[in-house]
Amino acid sequence: MAEDFLLSAIIFLGAAIVCVPIAKKIGLGSVLGYLIAGILIGPFVLGFVGQEGQDIMQAAEFGVVMMLFLIGLEINPKEIWVIRRSIFGIGSIQLALSSIVIGAIFHVYYGLSHATSFAIALSLSMSSTAIILQTLKEKGLNKSSAGQAAFSVLLFQDIMVIPILAFLPLLVTSDIRNDTLEQTFISNLSPLLKTITVLGAMASIIVVGLFIVAPLMKMIARTRLRELFTATALFLVISVAYVMKLVGISPALGTFLAGVVLANSSFRHELESDIEPFKGLLLGLFFIGVGSTINFQLIYQKPVLIFMLVLLIMLIKGIVLFLAGKTFKIKFDQNILFAILLSQVGEFAFVLLNFSGQLQIVSPDWTELLMVVVAISMTFTPILLLLNERLVDPFFGVKEAAEIKEADNIDNQHSVIIAGFGHFGSTIGRFLKANGIKATILDNDSDRVELLRKMGFEVYYGDATRVDLLKSAGAEKAKMLIAAIDSPDINHEVIEVARKHFPNLKIMARARNRFDAYEILDLGVMNIYRETLYTSVHMAVDVLHELGIRHYTATRKAQDFIRYDEDAMRKLASSRHDTKTYILTVREQIELEEKLLSEDLHQQMTERDSAWDSATLKG
Amino acid sequence: MDTIQRTLVLFAHPRFENSRIHANLLNHISQLPGVRIHDLYEYYPEFNIDIKFEQELLLEHDIIIWMHPFYWYSAPPILKQWIDLVLEHGWAYGKNGNELKGKTIFNCISSGGPRESYQKDGFHNYTVNEFLRPFERTATLCQMNYLPPFFVHGSHKISDEELENLGKLYHDVIKKITQEIIILSEIQQYDYLNDWIVNR
Repeated sequence: MAEDFLLSAIIFLGAAIVCVPIAKKIGLGSVLGYLIAGILIGPFVLGFVGQEGQDIMQAAEFGVVMMLFLIGLEINPKEIWVIRRSIFGIGSIQLALSSIVIGAIFHVYYGLSHATSFAIALSLSMSSTAIILQTLKEKGLNKSSAGQAAFSVLLFQDIMVIPILAFLPLLVTSDIRNDTLEQTFISNLSPLLKTITVLGAMASIIVVGLFIVAPLMKMIARTRLRELFTATALFLVISVAYVMKLVGISPALGTFLAGVVLANSSFRHELESDIEPFKGLLLGLFFIGVGSTINFQLIYQKPVLIFMLVLLIMLIKGIVLFLAGKTFKIKFDQNILFAILLSQVGEFAFVLLNFSGQLQIVSPDWTELLMVVVAISMTFTPILLLLNERLVDPFFGVKEAAEIKEADNIDNQHSVIIAGFGHFGSTIGRFLKANGIKATILDNDSDRVELLRKMGFEVYYGDATRVDLLKSAGAEKAKMLIAAIDSPDINHEVIEVARKHFPNLKIMARARNRFDAYEILDLGVMNIYRETLYTSVHMAVDVLHELGIRHYTATRKAQDFIRYDEDAMRKLASSRHDTKTYILTVREQIELEEKLLSEDLHQQMTERDSAWDSATLKG
Repeated sequence: MDTIQRTLVLFAHPRFENSRIHANLLNHISQLPGVRIHDLYEYYPEFNIDIKFEQELLLEHDIIIWMHPFYWYSAPPILKQWIDLVLEHGWAYGKNGNELKGKTIFNCISSGGPRESYQKDGFHNYTVNEFLRPFERTATLCQMNYLPPFFVHGSHKISDEELENLGKLYHDVIKKITQEIIILSEIQQYDYLNDWIVNR
């Protein structure tokens, strides 16, 4: 058994190690990489794994649970309140319309009973949280309007899983033995009591999170045992998921709630960095599992039926989403993206279909068939997104490049490329424009791109990590690339790509903070601008001034401090390599911070300032 | 004269927090009616002088004082920056540059060296008035009346009592210039305003 486990681990991880980097390199994204890995090792290609793919998937679904916990951590309750309208608005339209249309098709066209069609329709209306959120994050589209709307719909679906699970047994017409059903703690309670239990469980998450977990975390942190903290974090997530499962709520929703509760705690970042690797690994396993369970034999037997179903379902879902997006005034480009993003059937469908199968609402044949449909639709999503990005967008939506105008012959025009035109990049762009320098802008938010073009900026729309996009934006002739993308990961990628393919391009990089700056230094960039340095020091000057220090003196001190701090950054950046790791853990970050502070003491920043001092003259 | 002449003190000291002389001098004049003290280093820590604002200030005042320590026979850099930027061609001087015409201007300076050292055969070889020629010419070019400086010598060794006396003297100078009718040619016969006020 142990050997089996080790061997499986080797196969799964090995497949991921081989496939994911290749998929990323050719621009397919990690999700498709994992799926392909799964297909490869599955029973129908290499046959390394057989039916255990299904089991792995169940365990790996926990990755989705962790992902929602992490998402919860990044959102505070106020933000949810802000998007409540789109959660319940777009969310309910999507679920209702999709399930009605899909249900009707199964009933009318395939002649299934009302109950069966309805159960299938509800299952297939769900979208894949795992694929969508992973994709959004990888492409840096979290904050775009499509990303926000997608998140709202997913959240609504997560919420709806509870009532749907409660509702499905009501569709049962035939006599079935109750013990075939998965028993939950509350199965036998009356509906009112059920509701109370569910609400009680949610309330207890909030109370326990606020009054027990936070102090507990503080205590654990004091032991200074890192692994104990990790254990606590895992314990927290797993027990929330378990309790939720016990009372019949989706574990993902429960952990999401727990995440939101802890979003304002001081341990947020530690929790994030502890759970993150587990989540990533489990999600990867989950995708591999999906890939390996695709039943190719069934596809071989009924190719037409299966692909018809996949296309039909994705088309219906896509159209419904597009209409829903339209009523919520999402712009064309973003709406297309939104529709494609959510058009696949998600992991909840596995759960719901299994459950319907147990209830004998859906026959085993159909269950198996639809499982394949779900898995294929998941595989299609990354491909569709890619097609959208390369083929649809350039022709129908916001163009990658604006119509070619008479080229400006002035030397300085477009010698600067700004990648990322959020708050940071746009400030640079506006300043350059005010000084008569027209920069070329790369951005992946179509709403923003349209606006910018209206304002007369030259904007290229798309993923700035793509060599061809950089090339068409003029990276070969430009003097400078300003890497100002919000997400540090994507920013690093842009820098790497640019350094590799356009070695003559001078790179000026935005860095989130000191640690981000270290990593950019490692990429060989000399001009690094930390978001947190200049503004903080500028503010500190005003603080000193408010305290009665002379303005000019405070300003001089600030300039000295910035110079000192940049020296220290470079010094510490090289010393950091003692730790031999690329990505810094929280503990290493704290150690570096300690080094920095003690360096400050040696430097004696408070040393007597001898500028314009006449003491030595007085003798 | 029934109205008080308004006075603008263009104060330039990069390390005012350590200054004893200028703190004392300013204390003595800050309460005088019509006197505005404009602290350049405090206003423009990054040297980005607001030309328009400075010109408006000049127009609102009749008497201008360049008040600063004597560094390397001249003023601290921000005052040169101020002169370079604010005294624009076509506004302060040159064709149609008549905005400052008739205003009165002088320097108020502190220096470590004693008065004897600023003589033909003294340590510095030249008089203070000779060192101030660039200021004098600048004023003249702008059609302003340039007065001799108010000067504090031996600033490092000055006693509290002497300093207090100088402060009062400075106060008297400004009060007299702003509130009484003065004869320019009479003042211009003196090397320092200190001498003029004492002799009256």
